[in-house]
Amino acid sequence: MYAQQVETGTKAIKSLAEMGPEERAFQEKIDAEIKIEAKNWMPDNYRKTLIRQISQHAHSEIVGMLPEGNWVTRAPTLKRKLQLMAKIQDEAGHGLYLYSAMETLGADRDEEIEKLHSGRAKYSSIFNYPTLNWADMGAVGWLVDGAAIVNQVPLQRTSYGPYSRAMIRVCKEESFHQRQGYEILLHMMRHGIQAQKDMVQDAINRLWWPSLMMFGPSDAESPNSAQSMAWKIKRHTNDELRQRFIDQTIPQLELLGCSVPDPDLKWNEERGHYDFGEIQWKEFYEVLKGNGPCNRERLETRRNAIQDGAWVREAAVAHANKKQKQQAAA
Amino acid sequence: MTKYDELTEFLLRLGDSALIHAQRLCEWTGRAPALEEEMGMMNVGLDLVGQARNWYEYAAERINDGTDADTLAFRRDERAFRNLLLVEQPNGDFAVTMTKQFFYDAWQFHLLTMLKDAGDERIAAIATKSLKEVTYHLRRSSQWVERLGDGTEESHQRMEKAIDTVWRFTFELVEKSDAELVLSESGNIPALSELPEQWLATVNNVFAKATLTVPDEPSAFYLSARTGMHSEHLGMLLAEMQFLQRAYPDASW
Repeated sequence: MYAQQVETGTKAIKSLAEMGPEERAFQEKIDAEIKIEAKNWMPDNYRKTLIRQISQHAHSEIVGMLPEGNWVTRAPTLKRKLQLMAKIQDEAGHGLYLYSAMETLGADRDEEIEKLHSGRAKYSSIFNYPTLNWADMGAVGWLVDGAAIVNQVPLQRTSYGPYSRAMIRVCKEESFHQRQGYEILLHMMRHGIQAQKDMVQDAINRLWWPSLMMFGPSDAESPNSAQSMAWKIKRHTNDELRQRFIDQTIPQLELLGCSVPDPDLKWNEERGHYDFGEIQWKEFYEVLKGNGPCNRERLETRRNAIQDGAWVREAAVAHANKKQKQQAAA
Repeated sequence: MTKYDELTEFLLRLGDSALIHAQRLCEWTGRAPALEEEMGMMNVGLDLVGQARNWYEYAAERINDGTDADTLAFRRDERAFRNLLLVEQPNGDFAVTMTKQFFYDAWQFHLLTMLKDAGDERIAAIATKSLKEVTYHLRRSSQWVERLGDGTEESHQRMEKAIDTVWRFTFELVEKSDAELVLSESGNIPALSELPEQWLATVNNVFAKATLTVPDEPSAFYLSARTGMHSEHLGMLLAEMQFLQRAYPDASW
């Protein structure tokens, strides 16, 4: 997750025979599961695809702090406040090391952030939905981080070394967030009053479909998947991962005693998977285009943060330069 | 309007200040000037909520009427809060936020350094643990004050303005209190008589490096955290922070 519809810039996948010697050596390495490192030769489109995917992922971590910022000032107990603050801090950290992984590919953090702010780069569509009650902080942890993990577990084996290593660390922290989110909901369902149980069901009703959309378009509508999979940037198709997420989440949903807003959801004995209803793809593409409920607010907040902080960053640089001159003179 | 004995009031002063300052830091989420500062502010905030919880737990045991740390944080009105006026002030720009942070850190640092030798073992233990965290907080905020004061023309001006905005609330950091005198005479805490001088020395030292001017000594006026005479900002802050506990008093979170 956190990366949806990443352009690969290729129309057809080349066979080894069609490749020049450098590209063939590169592809053979990938096929042999040898990691590509920053200094290795790589096709331009591989580099660009990775920059797009990793920056999208990093942007998602940062924008993803905003829906939580909406509730961190209203967390109901000291324990819940500490948990949410720690989660937000982790996300800033994920953003930082993902940007670092991206910079190993020759991209510049400020330039990529500028692309985000001007609407040229994407971030996960899920963060364009509002958080409207406290249970959203549980549901975001459980469903959104849960979906992210399903996507990211295979990314730990992604072909680009620095990205793979960043993912290993991110996954550890996110499974912790997911358990914590689930525990928030479970506590409200088991020990809460009716109003709290209603909050939980309401949060799931609102976040269920957007969580499924996090896996991106269906395979039929996903022209970039094949190339990303040949490069082993991606390891599974969007639909495979979506199915995996649903299959593992529904038993947890049942344990909560809640339901999802999908009348077509039912276990299919023959397939060994849950069947589920049609995703509202029109809504998905509208949110991607910038027309979701919170797109404008999220981007405006991020733009303001960077603009309002410009004088701070300038001062830090100016001061560091002064110090350097003083040291040189001494 | 003091409700509890001197020691409990003192614990609330420490706990409330830490919590309210952290609450202001939470307001920065997603809005900091750089990613590193998102992490830095959350890091400091986490330490402070943890400290608040420790002070509250001790206070709650002393009050001993079924009160716990959460009821102290989320069920009291503004007149019962004992936090420093300084920390409830709005964040303003990064200069105001960092100036508040620095004044508060310097106060915490010297106070906790004294309290780690408190006769009251519980206070000594919490102070010892907190001091490790606050030593880092003070280093961070001192460096920022220096950078911003001695950075660019604009950052210098913003710092001068920020100091002007919050300096008047620092009288509470340098005032002597009869209640604390009672506590030191009874052996609960060490004498805090040198705290004002030490705080001012740190401010002088850092401001000199930052090319900033230390204003004249602030004087007490009407408002006082010790009696819950707060600025109007605290009420709104609590309305937000306490919303869920107030709206659903029977809920368990």
